[in-house]
Amino acid sequence: MELLSGGEMIARALEDEGVEYIFGYPGGAVLHIYDALFKDCKVPHVLVRHEQAATHAADGYARATGKPGVVLVTSGPGATNAITGIATAYMDSIPMVVLSGQVQSHLIGEDAFQETDMIGISRPIVKHSFMVKRTEDLPMIMRKAFHIASSGRPGPVVIDIPKDLTRPDEKYEYRYSKAVKLRSYAPAQRGHTGQIKKAAKLLLAAKRPVIYAGGGVVLGEGSELLTQLARQLNYPVTNTLMGLGGFPGTDRQFLGMLGMHGFYEANMAMHHSDCILAVGARFDDRVTNTVSKFCPGAKVIHIDVDPASISKIVMADIPIVGPVQSVLSELLAQIDLLSGKDSGLPDRTALDRWWQQIEEWRSAQGLFTARRYGESDMIMPQQVIESLYRATNGDAYVTSDVGQHQMFAAQYYRFDKPRRWINSGGLGTMGFGLPAAMGIKLAFPAMEVACVTGEGSIQMNIQELSTCTQYNLGVKIINLRNNYLGMVKQWQDMQYEGRYAMSTYEDSLPDFVKLAEAYGHVGMQVKKLADLDAAMQEAFALKDRLVFLDINVDPMEHVYPMHIAPNGSMKDMWLSKNERT
Amino acid sequence: MRRIISMLMENEPGALSRVVGLFSQRGYNIETLNVAPTDDPTLSRLTLTTVGSDLRIEQLTKQLNKLVDVVKLVDLTDGAHIERDMMLIKVRAVGAVREEVKRTTDIFRGHIVDVGPTIYTIQLTGTSDKLDAFVVAMADAEILEVVRSGVAGISRGEKVLSL
Repeated sequence: MELLSGGEMIARALEDEGVEYIFGYPGGAVLHIYDALFKDCKVPHVLVRHEQAATHAADGYARATGKPGVVLVTSGPGATNAITGIATAYMDSIPMVVLSGQVQSHLIGEDAFQETDMIGISRPIVKHSFMVKRTEDLPMIMRKAFHIASSGRPGPVVIDIPKDLTRPDEKYEYRYSKAVKLRSYAPAQRGHTGQIKKAAKLLLAAKRPVIYAGGGVVLGEGSELLTQLARQLNYPVTNTLMGLGGFPGTDRQFLGMLGMHGFYEANMAMHHSDCILAVGARFDDRVTNTVSKFCPGAKVIHIDVDPASISKIVMADIPIVGPVQSVLSELLAQIDLLSGKDSGLPDRTALDRWWQQIEEWRSAQGLFTARRYGESDMIMPQQVIESLYRATNGDAYVTSDVGQHQMFAAQYYRFDKPRRWINSGGLGTMGFGLPAAMGIKLAFPAMEVACVTGEGSIQMNIQELSTCTQYNLGVKIINLRNNYLGMVKQWQDMQYEGRYAMSTYEDSLPDFVKLAEAYGHVGMQVKKLADLDAAMQEAFALKDRLVFLDINVDPMEHVYPMHIAPNGSMKDMWLSKNERT
Repeated sequence: MRRIISMLMENEPGALSRVVGLFSQRGYNIETLNVAPTDDPTLSRLTLTTVGSDLRIEQLTKQLNKLVDVVKLVDLTDGAHIERDMMLIKVRAVGAVREEVKRTTDIFRGHIVDVGPTIYTIQLTGTSDKLDAFVVAMADAEILEVVRSGVAGISRGEKVLSL
């Protein structure tokens, strides 16, 4: 039996878990671990410039690959800097294992140098956490952490490791078994057959059905089955912000994103529906608008692996707890049984009428059929996304930060595949986009990775330009520069009579071209629409280079449609600055 | 409605803070809380009382069940159950009141467990309502200190909460 130190155990366990990258930043409490990684570990470590970026990079990696992201940070400030990224992953159910150093066991509780109660501070934003008490427990704790992070409804798991437990001179038996016993943790493996039968009946009897699919479809690898189900029934599909790509964005049956900045036809269809099939979605407040007015005529079938997501906001008529893949395949089988030749189900006449109605909505107000953005002398932000879409043939990994640019990207980049749209949906974390793009580029070096951002968000983790230099990460930064915190400004325009409290920078913005160049990258400025496509193509032609495209866009543009709140329903939307439903 | 939620959880550091933290995190109230190890030293039994609508309680129990440290959970108020709260109450017992306190304690089937020249300490066990009633009945005496264990509960009949 092999004897390993705690630090060596961690290095070995990461190998045994098949980890491809560790994202982290060294410091006193984790130096034994870093030394073990340095001496003998096949897993490469990526040195970021701020621990928040380590968590976002691991998060981006996890979203794009489906495998848990791994983070290593030191105690105290290292751990607290990681918190925003852990919360981001928690809100979007992203599998992640965060190893944080802790001060030596005998110093815990004494306000030692760089001590913070990481277990306590991270408690509400982790799926689970472990405080290591004995070095011998490390292999099993590592195994449990990876298992918990990536099974059921995924999420981040923190392992807090006191420094003395990783010291090189104390060695213990290392045994890594894939089997993991957790008596109190057993995520649902399949849905209830009786419930699935009921759901199939209700779904087939629907006259105005909508499939409302969220991030759970992407996380649970349910896209193919969902697409099959939708096509077989010819039912319309809408995706949440997190679900984009879960159903092909260019498909005729796709209504676009729903919710606060959702497509008109998606929100109208939801509101008038008589049967909503919610799959891996959680009726977020950015989807429902006023809950009491939400889809008044609809019966709700809700499939989710997390029972706590069901009937949390909107009561489900038919709740089904289980992984999307297994539930959807069983649902498809039930539908096949019920919708035989002579059953008359689904009701084709009703469905034709429903599609006719949807097409009317779409042609009247659809973002791609009835142009909803204005024209000006300046480049419109939406045009940048459309140009990006053309330059990448709709096949890039697109990360975003948070704000107007995020909504424009979600609306105008039509994702045909899952795991291509990478954004912080739940927590809404500015500064997410660039580090997330780094994680994706490492996972898929041959693929195009674009970070759609704004001059506000990009500056929240701009230091990562240096990490991109170190690891030669040729991501493309698409900076929609409007010289305002755009979404804040939009709300100030709409609700505060244009009083721009702290949403401008008063000419303090850096020269992003020079800044990119200072880090050894390529910077390009685009001011005219006529130059946009050419610049975009030039940027993507520079395969291995990071290109910072600083694009001046119209600052007066708002994101529409936009739900009218408070007290509005799904169908109540602003369609432009002066038109509403 | 008042609910008694009882659970088996891993007897590990941090488990209790996860349960209690969930309440403040999600805006629920804990009225009483009682926790101690069971016959199996790896398990603690935690019982709490809370008030909320059926929907809220359902959501709460789902969230509690999600905690990896929570092994099994039951809402005792869903069925017939026995609940016990234990109170130690120290009252000033002098003059005529001294005899009255003794009598009231007997009526409530409490025990005087400590006696001093001017004090009685009474131990009383029962439902929370009974303990409340005793406190009211002590109105004439000067109450010096009240300690309650919080509700512990168990289902009636064959039903058990075990692994």
